[in-house]
Amino acid sequence: MVQTTRRVVLVGNPNTGKSTLFNVLSGLSVRTGNYAGVTIEKKVGRLADAVFPVELIDLPGTYSLNPRSPDEFVAVQVLTGEAAHEAVPDLVVCVVNATLLRRNLFLVSQLRELGCPLLIAVNMMDAARSRGLTINCKQMAANLGVPVVAISASKREGIDQLRAAIHEQLAGASHAAPIRPFPRYFYATSERVAEQLSSEADVKLAAGTEVNRFLIERALLDAGGETERMIIKRSGERAKSIIESGRSELKQSLGELNDIECENRYAWSREMLVGVLSDEGRESHRVTDWLDSVLTHRVFGLAIFAGLMLLIFQCIYAWSSVPMDAIASIQGYLSSLVEGLLSPGILRSLIVDGIIAGVGGVLIFLPQIALLFLFLAILEDFGYMARAAFLVDRMMSLLGLSGKSFLPLMSSFACAVPGVMATRVIENPRDRLATIFVAPFMSCSARLPVYLLLITAFVPATAVIGGLVSLRGLVLLAMYFVGVIVAIPTAWLLKRTVLRGESSPLVLELPEYKWPDWRVIGIRVFDACKAFVIRAGTMIFAASIVIWAAGYLPGDHSRQRELQALIETSEPGLAQVAIWQAELQVESGRLLEGSILGRLGHIIEPAVKPLGWDWRIGVGAIASFPAREVIIATLGTVYSLGGDVDEESEGLMDALRSSTWPDGRPVYNVPVALSIMVFFALCAQCVSTLLVMKRETNSWRWPVFSFVYMTTLAYLGALLTYQIGMQF
Amino acid sequence: MFTLNMLVPGQSAEVVSVSGADGISSRLREMGFVPGEAVRLLRLAPLGDPLKCMIHGSRIALRCREAERVVVSPR
Repeated sequence: MVQTTRRVVLVGNPNTGKSTLFNVLSGLSVRTGNYAGVTIEKKVGRLADAVFPVELIDLPGTYSLNPRSPDEFVAVQVLTGEAAHEAVPDLVVCVVNATLLRRNLFLVSQLRELGCPLLIAVNMMDAARSRGLTINCKQMAANLGVPVVAISASKREGIDQLRAAIHEQLAGASHAAPIRPFPRYFYATSERVAEQLSSEADVKLAAGTEVNRFLIERALLDAGGETERMIIKRSGERAKSIIESGRSELKQSLGELNDIECENRYAWSREMLVGVLSDEGRESHRVTDWLDSVLTHRVFGLAIFAGLMLLIFQCIYAWSSVPMDAIASIQGYLSSLVEGLLSPGILRSLIVDGIIAGVGGVLIFLPQIALLFLFLAILEDFGYMARAAFLVDRMMSLLGLSGKSFLPLMSSFACAVPGVMATRVIENPRDRLATIFVAPFMSCSARLPVYLLLITAFVPATAVIGGLVSLRGLVLLAMYFVGVIVAIPTAWLLKRTVLRGESSPLVLELPEYKWPDWRVIGIRVFDACKAFVIRAGTMIFAASIVIWAAGYLPGDHSRQRELQALIETSEPGLAQVAIWQAELQVESGRLLEGSILGRLGHIIEPAVKPLGWDWRIGVGAIASFPAREVIIATLGTVYSLGGDVDEESEGLMDALRSSTWPDGRPVYNVPVALSIMVFFALCAQCVSTLLVMKRETNSWRWPVFSFVYMTTLAYLGALLTYQIGMQF
Repeated sequence: MFTLNMLVPGQSAEVVSVSGADGISSRLREMGFVPGEAVRLLRLAPLGDPLKCMIHGSRIALRCREAERVVVSPR
């Protein structure tokens, strides 16, 4: 007998440990996806150890069900069953912070008004205990009329009881009637408005009357909010006038509506906590206070921030060399394996020069990317990210961006696609657009392989500043700064011209510091790496094959195959073998130049010569427009196909170092390497980002503008870098 | 009229009201800035803005411009 899947939704304020609880309850069964019509991430899992199938949905943290943006509206939609025609959830589990009960109950009052089946999970009991705070959950349950379970998600306490309570509620325990914290006049008016809307403006909001009432109330209370906007969009201006007249009536009789809501809800919250809390005079978390006095120090705070960023870059370099070497050896081993199995020919070339060289070239940077994501995840879980936003907010506002832009921009250092999507939390549309436009300038993890390849190949491994800092680490940091330095005037210019207007406010909660939850971090890093590998496995795989084909065809490869077969079947060390190898190199080079790729490269060579590039680099840059990591694959294929990479060379790096112009001059030197890196730092080479931009801004104008602007800037930047660099 | 941004770091006060009727003021109220609530200014950011205060037991960062909307009476 197939049992119907029950749906349980997790809600709560931000920083209540909701994500940790979600991970504990659902184990590794989490899938992420999208809600229809919005691009906020949908996190769905299955309740582990469940008696019947239970789907767990994790909603973004929110302080209230007062939606001011489409992003916040998603929570309301899921709870009211509007989202993608899904039903009302079977149970809502509201996670509250034991140390912040009074404020957390604001949201609970809204949930109780909505009338949905509710269960309260009081999380962080361990933190409460260490502060000498006792919470009488039985009394709270009696006051609230809903079950209350005390847990500590990070310490895995109370989880079994929570699971049992969830089962009990789902199995059909009776649910409390919704509450009405507002004065009666309010409800009378809102019912009248609801009637008017349905008869005069043909507004049909939802099936259930409770839900309907709740949404109308929200529309009345939140002037200019998302609910009102949604109703007007669906039913026209007539609805707007009905709502507005209802609002002014309420204001006349009851006073400022916002005041009324807060007073009523906080009064209710106080009532609910009678007999629940041991005492009000709890001390704050001393460790947090002490750490904040150092990390947000008026003088040292920013210095520590900069130092921390530098440290992270250093570590990424230092700790990834061993795994990288391991991956390189695997790549070499696979290539020789295939070469041993297949005789020279088109298939072998496809596999070795196309797939292994291309995909392997990108995968080798997985250790660095994993480390970068790891550091970002640790800082966020620890609680430092909010402090960083606090420190840089002033600078961001000078640019016309908001402190809330900080996290999307910071995420863009890992990947601009989630960074652009994260801008949904920015309520002000102009700030949001400015942040979206600037996000791709934050050097993403896809640029990291390019930087690492060129820096390792051409920047000496010397130590500067008294032997403490490596030159390579500094240059890497400098490349990241190039993006930021260009982004600053860009944002400033945008806010002064196209996007002129008021900035959005900053109201940010700084959570208490806590030990990072390694499980949560592990999952986050794993997901990020998985996405990277999948992208390598699909898009780059496809791109590698296409590039290989463009470099192989057309051309008669029979002489090349002959030579390869001769070299491989002869004894090494013979003088004849050396002659054959030299001829092979020339032959391979000739074939490459005659291929589609080669011809394309020669056509654009005059345009890229002022940048110090030869046709091969030009080809690499062009091939990278869909996705920047492809340049490694392209260079790998170009040099491999061109016969520059043989068993003695250290792979691509060696090939680059020994690459020459026809007249014998080396192609690559430090200015050339720098100009390539600057180009990649500034160029818009990511179809995924452009597509996300289009989706988030609902027009092609912005992605096209971004593409043209960034590519032009990249060309000029590379030009300047090379020309100036050659002066030294 | 004394507002939140006029407090000195370390000084405590009681919230009197939040001026304005827009999204910003409702966000402030949701975060706990309601009449009668105790608030303490903790410190300012390195460049003077934003400020960090403690209310309802949690630390909130606000820009001075938003803090101006919170009318307080110092203790």
